[in-house]
Amino acid sequence: MNGGASRRGVWLAWAVQALLVLAVVAGAVWVVHHALEVLRARGVRSGFDFLTEPAGFSISEGWLDFDASQPFWRAFLAGLINTVRAAVPAAIFSVVLGTLIGIGRLAPHVLLRGICTAYVELLRNVPLLVQLLMLAFAMANLLPDPTEPLRLLPGVWLSKGGLSVPWPMVGEGGLHFEFPERGDFGVSGGAALSPEYVTIVAGLSFYSAAFVAEIVRAGILSVSQGQVLAGQALGLSPVQQLRIVVLPQALRVIVPSLTNQLLSLTKNSSLAVAVGYPELVSVANTTIGSNGRAFECIAIIMAVYLLLSLLISFGMNRYNARVALRGWR
Amino acid sequence: MNNRFRPALLVAASVIALAAAAPAFAGKTLDAVKQRGTVKCGVTNGVAGFSAPDTQGNWSGLDVDTCRAIAAAVLGDGKKVDFVPLNSQQRFSALQAGEIDILARNTTWTLTRDASLGFNFTTITYYDGQGFLVPKKLKVTSAKQLKNATICTQSGTTNEKNVSDYFRAQNIPVKTVVFESFEASFKAFFSGRCQAFTTDASALAGLRNKEAPNPDDYIILPELISKEPLAPLVRRGDDEWFAIAKWVPNALIEAEEFGVTQANADELKASSKDPGQQRLVGTGEDLGKLLGLDKDWSFRAIKAVGNYGEMFERNVGPKSVLKLPRGSNNLWSKGGLIYAPPVR
Repeated sequence: MNGGASRRGVWLAWAVQALLVLAVVAGAVWVVHHALEVLRARGVRSGFDFLTEPAGFSISEGWLDFDASQPFWRAFLAGLINTVRAAVPAAIFSVVLGTLIGIGRLAPHVLLRGICTAYVELLRNVPLLVQLLMLAFAMANLLPDPTEPLRLLPGVWLSKGGLSVPWPMVGEGGLHFEFPERGDFGVSGGAALSPEYVTIVAGLSFYSAAFVAEIVRAGILSVSQGQVLAGQALGLSPVQQLRIVVLPQALRVIVPSLTNQLLSLTKNSSLAVAVGYPELVSVANTTIGSNGRAFECIAIIMAVYLLLSLLISFGMNRYNARVALRGWR
Repeated sequence: MNNRFRPALLVAASVIALAAAAPAFAGKTLDAVKQRGTVKCGVTNGVAGFSAPDTQGNWSGLDVDTCRAIAAAVLGDGKKVDFVPLNSQQRFSALQAGEIDILARNTTWTLTRDASLGFNFTTITYYDGQGFLVPKKLKVTSAKQLKNATICTQSGTTNEKNVSDYFRAQNIPVKTVVFESFEASFKAFFSGRCQAFTTDASALAGLRNKEAPNPDDYIILPELISKEPLAPLVRRGDDEWFAIAKWVPNALIEAEEFGVTQANADELKASSKDPGQQRLVGTGEDLGKLLGLDKDWSFRAIKAVGNYGEMFERNVGPKSVLKLPRGSNNLWSKGGLIYAPPVR
C-alpha cells in the first residue's frame, strides 16, 4: 500500500517535471516563431543562410588566418579560437598566480600577507572592464611608438604595436628562425603579441587570480590543523607540509569553486571587444552591423558560450572525481 | 550599464516587443508621435557636425537638425525630439524594435540595409566618402603607401568592410584593429597604436579639429575609397511616415533653391508672389494634407532649422569646427549632388 503510494508519487513528480519542460520549450518555440513571423512581415530577412556568404571584413590576429573573402562561419570560428587563445593562457596564469597569493595570505610574514591581502581586495572590488580599460590606457601611453620600438634583446621589440619575438618558420632550408625587423610603420615578421591580446590576457589573469586566491585560502583553512601538526611531527619542512599534506586535501574544497571561476573567466573574455581584441563577440558585433542578423548572431554567441561552459564543467568534474577524498564519497 | 551587453539587451527587448506587437503596425508612427508629443530620433553617441551633445546636453548637428525639422513639421516645435544615442551595433535593432521613429545617425545607404533589414532610406542629406587620417610625421601622402600599416577603425560599420575591399583590390597588406566604440578607436589612434585611422571623411575632419592633441600634426589623405551617401531611415510598412521623413528634408533642400531662409520665411509668407516660395511657406497650394499634416508644415521646418544650405553652413561648413567645403553637397544647380524632387 505504502509502496504503491510512493510509486504513484514518483510518477506524478515525473509527469509534472515533463509537463514543465514541455511548457517551457513550447513557450520558447512560440516566442521565436512569432518573432520570426513579425520580422518577416516587416521585411526583415532572417535565418542562418548568411553563414556561407563571404564576410567582407578581415580579422587581423589569431591562430586561424582569416581574410575578407572567406565565409562568415569561418569568421565565427576564428573568433571562437581567439576566445580560447585568450581564455586558456589567462586560466593558467590566474591559477598559478592565485595559488601563490592565496598561500601568501596565510604566510606568517606580515608584509607578504599584507601585500597579498591588498592585492585581493583591490583587484576583486574594481570592475573588470575598468581594469581592462586602465591597462589598455597604460599601454597606449607608456609604450614607445611602433616607429621607435624598444629593443629588449636582439630580435625582441616592444612598442605600442605589441611585443615581437623571433619565431621558427619552416622554409626551403629547413627550420629557421624568422627575426622581426624594423620597417617604416614599425616592427614586422616573427611572432607578435598585440597590445590588445596582452591587455585581455593580463587583465583576466590578474582579476581572476584575486578570486582564485580566496578559493585557495579557504581550501587550505578547511584542512584541519591536526594534519599540519602531524606533518611537523614527521619532520617535514613548512613547504613540504603544504605540498604533501595540506594542498592535496584542500583540493576537494578548491576544485568545485575553481570550476565556477574558470567559467566566469571564459565568459569574461567577451569584454575583450571593448579593448579591440577580435574574439567571438567582436566578430558577432561586426556581423550584426553588416547584415543586421542580430537574433542569429546572439544565438550563436549563446550557444558557443554554453558549449564552452559545459566542456569546462565536464573536464573539471572529471578532475574533481579524481582528487576528491575516496573515503569521503 | 555595462556597454557590452547593450546590444544583447536591445535584442532581447526587440524579441519581447516583436512578440507582443501585432504585425499590423503600418501607418501608426505618425499617430504614436502625435500622442507622445515627441519624435524619437536615433543618433550617434557623438560625432561632431552630425549629432553631438554640448556640455548642457543640447544636441546639434546635421542629423539632429533633420529630426528637429521633422518634429517642427509634425508637432509644431523643433524642440520636441527625444534623442536616443546609439552605437553602430545598436542602431538597427533599435529601429526594428520600434524604440525610435527615425534613425538619423550618419548611416550609409547600402543595398543590404535597404533590402534586407526592413528599412526604407529617405533623402540623402550628406554625400560622404571614406578617408584616412595619418600623423604628418610618417610622411605618408597617399593611402597606397600604407603597406603593412596598422589601421584603427570601429566595428559594425561600412568603413570596416571598405578598408578590407580597398586594400585587397590594391593587393596591399594592412592590419586593422577594430574597437567596439568610436571613441575607443580614435583614442587608440591618437595614442599612437595605429598609423592610420579610417572613417567617413567628414568625421575625420571633426576628429582632427576636436580630438587631436594638435590638429596640425595630422593630415587627411587625398583618397576617398568609397561612396557613403548618408540618409535617415525609417521602418518599412508605414508609408505615411516614410513620406513625411522624405519630404521634410526635400522641402529644406528646395527652400535653399528658392531662396527661403530661416530669416526671411516670415516676410515671404506675408508678401511672396513666387509660387515655389508660396508652397514652401504655406501660402500656396496645401501640400501638407497629402502628408497628413497641416498647410504650414514646411514653413515651420524652415523656421526651426533653416534651409539645407543654412543647416550645412552651421553644422559642417566653413563657419563650423569641421570647416568642410560644400563640394558634392552643393545644390545640383551649383555643380553638386544635392537634388530634391519638386515639392509640388
